[in-house]
Amino acid sequence: MDRDQGLTDSVAQTLREAPVRTPFSRRVSAHLHRRPRLRLWALLTAPMFWLVVVYLASLAALLVTAFWSTDSFTSEIVRDWNLDNYRLIYESSVYRTIIVRTLAVALGVTAVCTVVAIPFAYYMAKVAGPREQKILVVAALMPLWVSYLIKGFSWRILVGENGVLDNTIGATPGFGTAAVVLTLSYLWLPYMVLPVYAGFERLPDSLLDASGDLGAKPSRTFWSVVLPAIFPSVVAGSIFTFSLSMGDYITVDIVGGSTQMLGNVVFDNQVYDLPFAAAMATVTVAIMVVYLRLVRRTGALENI
Amino acid sequence: MTLTRASAWRCAAVLTGIALVVTACETSADDEASGSDEAGDPAAAFEPPDLPMLEEIGAGEGELNILSWAGYAEDGTTDPNVDWVSPFEDETGCQVTNKVFNTSDEAVSLMQSGQYDVVSASGDASLRLIAGGDVEPVNTDLVPNYVDIWPFLKDRAWNTVNGVNYGIPHGWGANVLMYNTQEVDPAPASWSVVFEDAEQQDGRVTAYDSPIYIADAAMYLMETEPDLGIENPYALDDDQLAAAVDLLKQQSESVGEYWADYTKEISAFKTGSSTVGTTWQIIANLAKADGAPVDVVLPEEGATGWSDTWMVGAESEHKNCAYLWLDWIASPDVNAQVAEWFGEAPGNSKACDLTADPDHCATFHAGDEEYAEQIWYWTTPIEQCLDGRTDVTCTDYAAWTQAWTEIKG
Amino acid sequence: MWLPRPLTWALRCAVGLTLAFIYVPLLVVVLNAFNPDRVSTWPPSGFTLDWWREALTNQGALDATLVSVQVALCATALALALGTLASFALQRYAFFGRDAVSLLVILPIALPGIVTGLSLNAAFTAMLGLDLGFLTIVVAHATFCIVVVFNNVIARLRRLGETAEAASMDLGATRFTTFRLVTFPALRSALLAGGLLAFALSFDEIIVTTFTAGAGTETLPIWILNNLTRPNNAPVVNVVGTCLIVFSILPIYLSQKLSGTASGGRF
Repeated sequence: MDRDQGLTDSVAQTLREAPVRTPFSRRVSAHLHRRPRLRLWALLTAPMFWLVVVYLASLAALLVTAFWSTDSFTSEIVRDWNLDNYRLIYESSVYRTIIVRTLAVALGVTAVCTVVAIPFAYYMAKVAGPREQKILVVAALMPLWVSYLIKGFSWRILVGENGVLDNTIGATPGFGTAAVVLTLSYLWLPYMVLPVYAGFERLPDSLLDASGDLGAKPSRTFWSVVLPAIFPSVVAGSIFTFSLSMGDYITVDIVGGSTQMLGNVVFDNQVYDLPFAAAMATVTVAIMVVYLRLVRRTGALENI
Repeated sequence: MTLTRASAWRCAAVLTGIALVVTACETSADDEASGSDEAGDPAAAFEPPDLPMLEEIGAGEGELNILSWAGYAEDGTTDPNVDWVSPFEDETGCQVTNKVFNTSDEAVSLMQSGQYDVVSASGDASLRLIAGGDVEPVNTDLVPNYVDIWPFLKDRAWNTVNGVNYGIPHGWGANVLMYNTQEVDPAPASWSVVFEDAEQQDGRVTAYDSPIYIADAAMYLMETEPDLGIENPYALDDDQLAAAVDLLKQQSESVGEYWADYTKEISAFKTGSSTVGTTWQIIANLAKADGAPVDVVLPEEGATGWSDTWMVGAESEHKNCAYLWLDWIASPDVNAQVAEWFGEAPGNSKACDLTADPDHCATFHAGDEEYAEQIWYWTTPIEQCLDGRTDVTCTDYAAWTQAWTEIKG
Repeated sequence: MWLPRPLTWALRCAVGLTLAFIYVPLLVVVLNAFNPDRVSTWPPSGFTLDWWREALTNQGALDATLVSVQVALCATALALALGTLASFALQRYAFFGRDAVSLLVILPIALPGIVTGLSLNAAFTAMLGLDLGFLTIVVAHATFCIVVVFNNVIARLRRLGETAEAASMDLGATRFTTFRLVTFPALRSALLAGGLLAFALSFDEIIVTTFTAGAGTETLPIWILNNLTRPNNAPVVNVVGTCLIVFSILPIYLSQKLSGTASGGRF
């Protein structure tokens, strides 16, 4: 294979160049060689500093904010520890409704993306010829480069009354939750197609042939061989479709009619009542953490 | 930023102003004694710090930091033909840096940093800025174009405290009622068409997507349910807010979609997915230009609206340039350009002769004092009742935000 | 797997439908770039090239594109460095807390953008007192881009094994020489795929950007958001969208050409 050839070449080149390396780098190298711990530290310090100091610290600060309250005139945060924000979310039926609706939308989007992505990715990886495969990969990736907002507004024209769908197939869901699911599915589809496609690529053809040779019908092969094999990839994709849908508030504004989701509540409250917005954001964090824990066992995190 | 949000805030600011000034004036006679007032007295909260104003304009400092709503300080980058900042720089030598803010809150927190020389403040922002000592009184004698500002915009609650002017009025507009002329017949004369009679356009009613829209319902209740005792749609106690929320919940069953930006509402009226609801004059004009069968009316109950003021930062290091800008933006020619670009009534009476569209002022009712008096300018609701009541606590904007979420469901 | 003919055709139909699903909305964007209406609705009321003329002279759009490219390049560079370091640490060493670290890398993209945006916004402004602007956008974008580089590189490392590197070092090369001449060339296509994906993520990000951009810095998505809501400029946005569709061929072509594999990358 090409890569092996390349590796052999580079090792050979290393040999030719090795003796002329400066003594200093050789000393450092030798020093590191004897100390795997030091090597680990050298590798981990920068990324961990970044993720812990920049990201985790701000996230923690936000979660703490949720236990504070807001002065109503100045909108300044008052640091009196209380559970009022969570109590409000728990006691008020409207927030429960919104949380459930958001979960339903996120699951719906994930389901639509899965159903659309599996046949498409299967065809790409297993049926299409090399040239067709290349074209299809490009075709699936291309929308990633076109603005999210422009695509969202395009869907407004598609699903609206007297819009494209209405004019061509004579039916449209209109603005509302269904349109939100459809639009978000469209926006996040590439995030599902890619891991599933990679999953199919890793699935050896011989496995499918063996299943067929042993007398399994295509449907049996699909359910018993293909699906279990690509399940981690689907779950990996679902982390994107689920999480991106959970936090969205712009698509809902564009095609949601009078629908609102968790993201809208967070966004609407962030200026005047940051602690409440933080409490609402914590709910999404909790949902995602539970989701990640659930999918961890499938090995999906390795497939992202 | 979204213009919609901006304008909403702008409007909110203004209304707070009115009520506050009224109360402030009432109590100013014995304000020395008011130190003992309980926290519920709005006058106590709004005794502005004693700051000096500029006595004369010197040479420009060569620099000016503007904090503005989008569309108020255009330098040609949005549209090469829309530029009144570059000529200002050429004429005065003040190099402009413009920062656009999205909400009145953002404006207040940015002004508190002391880095900005002038700000286009809405009513809620303007009073908070005055109360916090972030802006200083403006010497209107140093702004020659001030004499041409419509008299009914001067000395108002959102730009003047205790008789001291804090800024130059910029422009204003109303939230009027737009309807589809083919679907809504006869032409509506009352907001009832989006409230009690909303079912007649079931699924096609639209409303402005912001908590401040609650004031529209409160204003309607002021007329239709006098027993509730609403005096000011931005001063609602718990019962009054509950009544407004009930009305809006009932409305929401007939709402097809809420709108928060121009494009969304225009496309909805063009396709017919919305047929009646609140709007701005500029949106109606653009919808008509795009062929939508719509018209607007100022309903008999009046309307909510916005009015903006240019103010000077107290810590500004470029006060000469700041005053030069105040005069520049209030000049007939520039004021006409801003008003047309943004779609509002200009503050300068002479601007009307200079608009590219000769009918601009007629369309936006500039100078129409009677029209302007029917408008409840947007103000941020606060706990101290803006209508002067001291026996109850009013609902604040945070409560309105939560109520709005509940209304949409 | 052998499929009966009808099933193959059903599959082809599904692929056709999916492609229609992907491309019809983009076609609507392109058509509306030539629609004389200020606010696009269906069907277009005519044909005009006016918006193209306006778009070409629109300094705001050009400036915003430039800012977006700069942000994306900086964020990608940071993500490449940090993601590669992290993937080596996690693939080559077993240590206490390894699982937690791998979860931490994934977290910024697994949590919704609004959470990331809100917490970084609060940290930048309230805790650190920074002015929001170019720098804060880059920091925020790099944070959620690390994971795509990380995943591409770690997958490659897993397949690669350590034998070639061991051979190189046995033959006397230092660790650095080995990285330069053995490991890096083998990682190049993975880095490219991860880098492109990071670039794409950053280039089109709107939610985290909204929270970390402040008012003075305008990336392309923010410009689009600001202008879509203003009918004076909305049609120009469709022109920009059409340009993006056309120009997207460039990075994708590059990735295909350079990576040599059909897969455009992994998440």
